[in-house]
Amino acid sequence: MEIEKNRQVETEEVISNKPAQIRILRPKKKNKDFQNGVGYLFVSPFIIGFFAFTIFPMLFSLYLSFTDYEMGGTATWVGLDNYIRMFTNDPLYLDALNVTFFYAGVAVPFRLVFSLLVALALNKVVEMVGFYRTMLYLPSVVGGSIAISIMWRQLFGNDGALNSLLAAVGLPTHSWLGDPNTAIWTLILLYGWQFGSSMLIFLAGLRNIPKMYYEASSIDGAGRLKQFFSITLPMLTPVILFNLIMQVINGFMAFTPSFVVTNGGPMNSTMLYVLYMYQRAFRYFDMGYASAMAWVMLVIIAIFTAIIFKSSPHWVHYESEK
Amino acid sequence: MRKNKKVKKIIQHTLLMIFTAIMVYPLLWMVSSSLKESSTVFVDAASLIPKGWHFENYVNGWKGFSGITFATFFKNSAVITVISTVGAVLSSTIIAYGFSRVKFRGRNIWFVCMMLTMMLPFEMVMIPQYIMFNNFGWINTYLPLILPTFFGAPFFIFLIMQFIRTIPTELDEAAKIDGCNNFGIFFRIIMPLVVPAMMTSAIFSFYWRWDDFMGPLIYISSPEKYPVSLALKLFSDPNSVTNWGSMFAMSTLSILPIFVVFFMFQRYIVDGISTSGLK
Repeated sequence: MEIEKNRQVETEEVISNKPAQIRILRPKKKNKDFQNGVGYLFVSPFIIGFFAFTIFPMLFSLYLSFTDYEMGGTATWVGLDNYIRMFTNDPLYLDALNVTFFYAGVAVPFRLVFSLLVALALNKVVEMVGFYRTMLYLPSVVGGSIAISIMWRQLFGNDGALNSLLAAVGLPTHSWLGDPNTAIWTLILLYGWQFGSSMLIFLAGLRNIPKMYYEASSIDGAGRLKQFFSITLPMLTPVILFNLIMQVINGFMAFTPSFVVTNGGPMNSTMLYVLYMYQRAFRYFDMGYASAMAWVMLVIIAIFTAIIFKSSPHWVHYESEK
Repeated sequence: MRKNKKVKKIIQHTLLMIFTAIMVYPLLWMVSSSLKESSTVFVDAASLIPKGWHFENYVNGWKGFSGITFATFFKNSAVITVISTVGAVLSSTIIAYGFSRVKFRGRNIWFVCMMLTMMLPFEMVMIPQYIMFNNFGWINTYLPLILPTFFGAPFFIFLIMQFIRTIPTELDEAAKIDGCNNFGIFFRIIMPLVVPAMMTSAIFSFYWRWDDFMGPLIYISSPEKYPVSLALKLFSDPNSVTNWGSMFAMSTLSILPIFVVFFMFQRYIVDGISTSGLK
C-alpha cells in the first residue's frame, strides 16, 4: 500500500508551528500521528465482518471438510476420507473438474483476445465511439441476470433462433444443448458475449499509451504488426495480468449459466465445479464433502494465481522500470 | 488519397455496425419474442419483427404463478437491493476513509486481508455461512442476503480508496487546523468529495444485488418472498412453461431496471471500470 509519506512530514510541520507549550504538554509519541483508536473505529466494520463472515466460516468449512457432516446430522471426524473419495471414488467429481478446466481454459483466453481485438478496433475510429462502446457493453451489463441465461437457453434450443436462422439459409440444424459436444460451447459463447468490461479496461489501457512511441517507431520504419507486438502489447501487459487473474477466478466460479442453461447436462458435459458443489451441498446435503470440494477449489485457484503472479516478471512490462 | 481515407472509414464503420448488430441481436430477440404470440415464438424464431404486437403477454406474465404477481417479486427485489446497497456503500466509505486517511498500527496487515477477501470467491464461504445462518434461524428471511453487506464490500472499499487518494491531504490539514477531528474531516470534507465513487459503487451494488441468484436460491424457500431472479427461474422452467410470450415478457421486465440505471449513469460506470479495472 502506498502511504502518503509527505503527510507525516507536513503534519509535524503544522504541529511544530504551534506554540511551544503544547509541544511540551503532549508526549512526543502521540505526535507521531498514529491514531490507533480512531483508525480501528473506522475500519471496525470490516474487521468484524472479516471474522464473522470470512475467517470463522472458512475455519468451520475446513473442519467440516474432514467430517462426514450431513445437514441435520452430527459431524464425525473422517480424516482425509472426503479428499480421497473425490479423486478415487467419484467419477462425477473428476468429470466436473475436467469440464471446469476446459471451460475456464477456453473461455478466459477467448474473452481476453476477443475484447482486446474489439478494443483495438474501437481505438481506431473516432466518430461514434460512444455509441459502439455503449452497445457493446450492454451484454455485460445485463449478462449476470437470470433472464439472459433463460434467453440463451431458448436461443440455442431446438426450435430457437439459431436453428431457425440456419434452416432459413438452408443449413442443417443441430441440437446445440442436447449434444454433449456442443453444449459446453454455448456456455463458452455466453461467457465470451459478455466481453464488455474487459474491453473497457483494454480501451482505457490503449488510450494511456503515449502517441510518441508510435511516431518514433514509424520513423524507424516499423509496420503496424511490429508496432502492435513491440509497443501495444507490452504496454498492455499490466492490464492483461489484472484481467487474467480476475477472469480465471470468475471462470472457475461460473454457476448460473450451467445451472439455468443446461443444468449440467447432457451427460454431465456442462457440470461445472460450482454446480456440482451446489448439488452436493444443497440437494444431497452432503456438507462435509462439499466443503472439501470448496477447499480443493481454493487450492487450485491459489496455484493458478501464484503461477500467473510468479511468471509475471517475465512478461509484464511496467513503464517505470525503463 | 483523401477519397481513399473516406472509403476506409466507411468500411470500418460498416464492419463495426455489423459486429455490434450481431452482439445486440440476442437482446433484441428477447424483447421481440416478448411481443410475439406464444404459439409463434418458435415458428419464426429468427425474425425480429413480431407479427402483430401482443402486449397482453406482459399482462399475462405479470400475473405470475400460484397467485403471486410479479409486483410482489419486484417489491422483494427492490427491498433487498436498496437496503443492501445502502449498507454496502455507507460502510465501505467509512472503512475506505479509515484505511486511506487514518494512520494506525496494523493498517497494512488489515489492508492485505481486505485485498485477499476481494479475491476470495463467495462460493468458499457459502456452505459454512448457510449452516451458520441456519442455526440462527435466518433461513427464509432476507437477513443472510442483507446483513453481511453492512460490513463493507472489499471491491467498493478499494474503489473508494482509489478515489480518496486523489484528494489532496492539504484539505485534511486545513480542516484539522480549523478544529475538525477525524469524524468532522470524514463527514464534512471526504464524504462530499467521494460522492462520485459512492455512486459508482452504488450502481455496481445495484446490479449485483438485483441479479443475485445463488443467494436467494439457497436462502429463500417460500415463493411470496422470492426476488425477481428466483421467480423468473421458476416461471421459466422448461417443463412447466407453456406461455413463452409471457416468459419473455417477464425476462424483459426483469432487466429493465438494469437498463434504466445503465443509461442514466453510464458515465460513472465507464469511469468506475476504467479507473478501478474491475467489472
